[in-house]
Amino acid sequence: MPVIPSPARVTQQSHTGGVGTSAPRPDGTLKVTGEFAYSSDLWHEDMLWGHTLRSPHAHARITGVDVAEALALPGVHAVLTHDDLPAATHYGLEIEDQPVLARDVVRYQGEPVALVAADHPETARRAAARIRVDYEELPVVHDEASATAPGAPVLHPGRTDRHAAHVAHPNIVHRQPVLRGDADAAAATADIVVVTGTYDVGMQDQAFLGPESGLAVPDDDGGVDLYIATQWLHVDQRQLAPVLGLPPEKVRLTLAGVGGAFGAREDLSMQAHACLLALRTGRPVKIVYNRHESFFGHVHRHPATLTYEHGATRDGRLVFVRARIVLDGGAYASSSPAVVGNAASLGVGPYEVPHVDVEALALYTNNPPCGAMRGFGAVQACFAYESQMDKLADALGLDPVELRRRNAVSQGSTMPTGQVIDAPAPVAELLRLVRERPLPPERAWETTDPATGARTVDVRALPGGLSNAGHGEGVVRGVGYAVGIKNVGFSEGFDDYSTARVRVEAVGGEPVATVHTAMAEVGQGGVTVHAQIARTELGVTRVTILPADTSVGSAGSTSASRQTYMTGGAVKHTCEAVRAEVLRLGAERFGWGERHTLRLADGKVVTAEGEVMAALVDVLGGEAVDLELEFRHRPTQPFDLTTGQGFGHVQYAFCAHRAVVEVDTELGLVKVVELAAAQDVGRAVNPAAVVGQIHGGATQGLGLAVLEEIQVGPDGRIRNPSFTDYLIPTILDTPAMPVDVLELADEHAPYGLRGVGEAPTLTATPAVVAAIRRATGRALHRVPVRPEHLVG
Amino acid sequence: MRLNLTVNGHPRTADDIWPGESLLYVLRERLGLPGSKNACEQGECGSCTVRLDGDLVCSCLVAAGQAEGAEVTTVEGLAPEGEDGAPRLSALQRAFLDAGAVQCGFCTPGLLMAADELLAREPRPADADIREALSGNLCRCTGYEKIIDAVRLASARTADGAAVGQGVTPDAPAPEGR
Repeated sequence: MPVIPSPARVTQQSHTGGVGTSAPRPDGTLKVTGEFAYSSDLWHEDMLWGHTLRSPHAHARITGVDVAEALALPGVHAVLTHDDLPAATHYGLEIEDQPVLARDVVRYQGEPVALVAADHPETARRAAARIRVDYEELPVVHDEASATAPGAPVLHPGRTDRHAAHVAHPNIVHRQPVLRGDADAAAATADIVVVTGTYDVGMQDQAFLGPESGLAVPDDDGGVDLYIATQWLHVDQRQLAPVLGLPPEKVRLTLAGVGGAFGAREDLSMQAHACLLALRTGRPVKIVYNRHESFFGHVHRHPATLTYEHGATRDGRLVFVRARIVLDGGAYASSSPAVVGNAASLGVGPYEVPHVDVEALALYTNNPPCGAMRGFGAVQACFAYESQMDKLADALGLDPVELRRRNAVSQGSTMPTGQVIDAPAPVAELLRLVRERPLPPERAWETTDPATGARTVDVRALPGGLSNAGHGEGVVRGVGYAVGIKNVGFSEGFDDYSTARVRVEAVGGEPVATVHTAMAEVGQGGVTVHAQIARTELGVTRVTILPADTSVGSAGSTSASRQTYMTGGAVKHTCEAVRAEVLRLGAERFGWGERHTLRLADGKVVTAEGEVMAALVDVLGGEAVDLELEFRHRPTQPFDLTTGQGFGHVQYAFCAHRAVVEVDTELGLVKVVELAAAQDVGRAVNPAAVVGQIHGGATQGLGLAVLEEIQVGPDGRIRNPSFTDYLIPTILDTPAMPVDVLELADEHAPYGLRGVGEAPTLTATPAVVAAIRRATGRALHRVPVRPEHLVG
Repeated sequence: MRLNLTVNGHPRTADDIWPGESLLYVLRERLGLPGSKNACEQGECGSCTVRLDGDLVCSCLVAAGQAEGAEVTTVEGLAPEGEDGAPRLSALQRAFLDAGAVQCGFCTPGLLMAADELLAREPRPADADIREALSGNLCRCTGYEKIIDAVRLASARTADGAAVGQGVTPDAPAPEGR
C-alpha cells in the first residue's frame, strides 16, 4: 500500500554545479510548488490519527488512570497507558531516564501519560479528554536552590548513569570543571583590573515551523515502517527498537520532509507513540502536533545563570577568568551532559587566558526538559563572556574591539582544556572585517522636505514599527560587537562517524552517480552538497540523491554543524574509492598500466595534462561500481572530570558580529538596524547556502536578544506556549545582514571546510545587547531584553 | 456536511466534513492539497496562506463552511501550465529558488502566496513594502534576507518584460543585497 505522497518515493536529480558553486537545491522545485511531502503531509489509506494525553502538572504522583470512557467513544481504536508498554519503558539520548508514558509520577507539565488512536484527529482529542487521571501534586523543584536544598525531592532516585558518581547532588545531571594555571593565585596578584557579573539567559525555543509529526505503518512481518521528521534516523531506531520489543532491522525509518530542526528533533517526540499505536491497532497511525503541543513536545535551550569574574592587566591582557555556569536541564537528561561539556570547555570564549577556573553543571528540575538547540551550551557562555569583555573594556578605558583583538586566540593558541588550536583561528581578522564595514546611515526613517521644512517619518523602520508606537522622538543609536567560538562535530571521544553509499553506472549512454546516505536533510542543504561533491569527485553531471533511510549505515546527527564535514566527508571518501575502482576497471579494460595521475572530469578519464584516455561510460560498460563506506574525523578525548583537560573537540568555528540598533528610550522598544557578520568557513562548498546559514543563525540569536523566551512560572508551568505569546523575529524585526566569508582551510577537514550553522547564533545575541547598552547606558545582564529593562 | 468550492480553477466537492474542520484541514486532508502548511493553526505564522475569493487569508482560521461556493487559490495553483501541459514555475517561484530563499521550505508556500499578492497589486515594491506585505509570514531558517532578494528579483524580471512563468536560467545571479 503506497504512502501518498512521500519523498521516500521521489528521486531527486540535479544537473549543475560542483564543489564551490552555489548549486541549486535538488528539492527546490518541489518546495516552491507545494509538492514536497513533509512529515505532516503523509497520508495512508485506512490510517488512524494518534493523540497524546499530557500531564497538566509539573510534578505529581499518578494515583489512578481510567480509560473506559475514552475507549467507549465511537471511532476510537486504541488507548494505551504505561501498563500497555510491551518492552523497555524508558529511553534517552545519553541517559535512559525518560518514560515512554509516565507510570506513577510525572516530572514536568506536558509529560505524556496516555495515547489514543481514532479515525479523526478531533475524535482522538475528545477521547483523550475522557481519560481520567488522578494526580496528587508534589513539591516542585525549579532552580538550583530548590533542587539542591536539604530535603529537596530527588527527581531520579537510584541513578546508575555514568555521571551519578561524580555529582554532588542527585539533582545535578553532570558537572564539568575546567582548570588551567592557578586562577586563585592570579586573582590575588596586585595591579589587576577585575570585573564581575552575573548573567541570565532565558529559555529559548527552536520554533521550527514544521510540527512534530510522522506516520507509522505496521508490516506483515511484525515490524514497522516509520516515516519521520528527525535529525538522526539511526539514533531514533536505536531508541525505538527496545521500546517496541523488536530487533532493529524490523524498525525501519525513512526520512519524511523536515520543516526545520535546530536541535529540537534530536530527542524522540511522537516516534515511539505512533509505532506503539500502529503495532497495537494493526493500522497505519499518523500523529501531528499542533503548535501548542509542540511547545511541550520537544526540549528547549537550557536557561542559564552565569557568574563571571575577569581579571586583566592595565594594558588589557587577560590574566584570569573564574566562572560558574548553571544550566537548567529540566525533568530529563536529554543531551544535558554534552551541553555542560560545551559550556565548560568554551566558557572563556576565543581568548587566550593563562589562568582559568570554570565549572558548568546542569540541574534536574521540574521545568520543561532542555537539550539541544543551535549553539548547544556555547550560546549561553558567549552572552556572558562577551558582556564581560565589554565591561572590562569600560573598566580599562579601552575600545571593546581593541580589547578583544589583544586577547584573541589564533592558530597555535592553547584552549583552557589544554587543546592547541591547530587550524586557522582568524578572530582578530573577523573583528576587523565587521568593524571596517561602513555604518548604515542614521535616522534613515526621517526625511525633511527642503522646501517646506516638513518632517516625514516612515514608522515602519522605527522601534515599534507598524504599531505606530512613536515617531522617533526618543530614539538613540548604539553599536555593539561580539565574537564567539563553537565546536564542530560531536566531542569528548564520541565515535562520530558517517556513512555513504555511492554508485556510478551508465544510464542511456550517460554516466550517472547515485548517492545514498541516512543524513537528515532539515533544510540546511546537505542534499545539495552531496550532489556537488559527487560531481566534483566523479566528473559526472547527473547525480541522483536517494531518500535517507535506515537501509544504509548511520550518518550521525544533523547537529553540531557537522553534516557537511561528516556526511559530506563520507560522500567524498566513498567517491574516491569508487573512482579508484573505475580507474582500475579502465586499466584492466584498456591496458593503461599503473597510472596514478588519472582523474575523472566531464564524463571522461583524463590525465593530469588533460589528455582524454576514455569515456567513463566506455570504462563502465554494463557494470556498476557501488560502494558503501564509513568516514571518521580524527579521534577526540573525554575531558578529565576534575581538570577538564583533554583534546575534546574536532574543530572550532569562529564568527564575529557587529550590531547597530536604535532604541526608543521612552517606550523601551528596540529596532535592530543592521547585523553584520564575518565568519571563517574554511571552504565555502556552496557559498549561497553558507550565507543562508549565517543569516538564519544570526536571526535566531537576534530573537534571543530581544524577543524569545519560554516563560516558566515557579510552578513549572509554561505561560506562553503559542506563536501569539512566544515571539520569533518577523521580517520587520530582522535587519539587513551583510556577510563577509573567509575561507582559511582546515587541513584536517574535507576540502578544508569548517561547519557553519551555529557560530553566528552565538554572537548575534551579545552583539545586539552590547549595542543596546551602548545606546542606553544600561547594564543589561539578562536576555531577552524586555521593554521594562529599558525604561523606568 | 458537504462542501462545494473551486480550488485552483477546478470545482471540488468534499463530503462528510465535521463542521469544526478548517479550510486548511479540508485542503490538506480531504482534497489532497497539502501544499498549504500547518505550522501553528493559530493564524500567527502565515504558512497556510491562501487566496479566498481573491483575498489573502490564513486558511487555518477559516471554517470549512465559510468557503462554500468560494474560489480558493493555493500554492499548488501558482505555477502556470506550460504548452506541454506540465506545470512551469512562475517568475516568483523561480526567483525564490535562484535567490536561495528556500531552506526547509515549510514557510515557502505561504510566503509565495503573500508575495504573489503583493506583486499583483504593486509590481515594483520598495523594500519597506516587501517587509510590510510579508510581515505576517514567519520563517525560521533564512533570516528573510534572501526572501526579500527573491521578491526584488521576481519584480525586476517581470518588470523587465519577462513573462510570468518564463523560464529563467538557474545560475542567474541574484541582485546584490544592500
